[in-house]
Amino acid sequence: MNCTEARALLHAYLDDELDAARSAEIAQHLSACAECMARYRTLEKLQQSLRVPRLRHAAPPALAARIRAHLPDDAPARIQRRMWQWPALSAALAASLLIAVAIAGWQAVQLRAHGTDALVTEAVSDHVRSLLASHLIDVRSSDQHTVKPWFDGRLDFSPQVKDLGAQGFELIGGRLDVLGDERVAALVYKRHLHMINLFQWPANGASSEEPKEQSRNGYHAIFWREGGMQFLAVSDTADLNAFVQDFRAAAALGSEPR
Amino acid sequence: MATRAQFETNVMQHLDAAFNLARWLARNDADAQDVVQEAALRAFRYYGGFRGGDARVWLLAIVRNTFYSLHASNAATITESYDEALHERADERTPDPEALALRSSDAKQVRAALERLPSEYREVLALREFEECSYKEIASITGLKIGTVMSRLARARERLAAELTGAEVTP
Repeated sequence: MNCTEARALLHAYLDDELDAARSAEIAQHLSACAECMARYRTLEKLQQSLRVPRLRHAAPPALAARIRAHLPDDAPARIQRRMWQWPALSAALAASLLIAVAIAGWQAVQLRAHGTDALVTEAVSDHVRSLLASHLIDVRSSDQHTVKPWFDGRLDFSPQVKDLGAQGFELIGGRLDVLGDERVAALVYKRHLHMINLFQWPANGASSEEPKEQSRNGYHAIFWREGGMQFLAVSDTADLNAFVQDFRAAAALGSEPR
Repeated sequence: MATRAQFETNVMQHLDAAFNLARWLARNDADAQDVVQEAALRAFRYYGGFRGGDARVWLLAIVRNTFYSLHASNAATITESYDEALHERADERTPDPEALALRSSDAKQVRAALERLPSEYREVLALREFEECSYKEIASITGLKIGTVMSRLARARERLAAELTGAEVTP
């Protein structure tokens, strides 16, 4: 083994990540090469200087208590029942819960194949728990060029993100969500005081479909499929149709404006 | 279905590890606590999907994701903040062993030097040196390939040594 090879493996040797044969080769090289040995000693020293208890941060004692106070009492399945009993249940939370119910209902229609009951339960409780952890928005930005890259690397598809501020739909941000077994991108837009959730995920080969509207509990849900993606917009605003039109128009104009 | 008792036994016991990683990423106590709290709630929420394996590694991955999603501006700069190929040369130089010996014995200086590194270096060092994670564990926490973990760790150490011995080290 020469110095170049030895140096390439020095860190792995230090970290005890090499197999016995390789370790023996390095050890042999180090015993014969003063320069590599000096380098190794330096690395060792550096490692020792890090491995001191003072540098490891222990959790403050109050933190565990704070977390326990915020944890729901027991199994997630019970959360949604309890939610309704909470006196402090905010209007926003209730609205979002209804949105989740609407989505879950829609998904049940869309994915009639198997286990729809389980899917509904999962989608609802998932959404409710995401709200519990104040997790409506992961990336807060009105800039599509901030929101879009944020999703890259977090999803195996690249969602369409459109700035519709000029049309009166303000982009608030985005988050990751899960519907059924799918990881989906959720974009959050605002129209006056109404929130709009736009979910997107790959169509997996299903053919395009024109927008179809459904209403549930006073919420509007519009589903459509185009360009290999499926979209589900949910809101309590009566302008949801206009939103969908504007979004599709923006998407049709140059796929990725930069 | 997850119960609090199971969650306590398997997950809450790793709170120190979770906090240590969050603290090195966030670089201050308040943000680190927020990250860990949010991560713990997410972990509880996902606990039904946790199919055994190493709960510590699982929790640390959630902590890391939570940090980058709460600090989206940080996440956006990851790829821009450094270029591995670009830094390779600069970090190749051998640090002066005496200067290193002097400064590395001072935990305060080591901490300051570590905090000056980009987050992608801080996280691999925190996982390797404080949590004593294997390359494989670091790979599953960070989503990097094992080879990348190894080269990143190597550069992180070289950068740290350079920070400790370099002129830019402020007392």
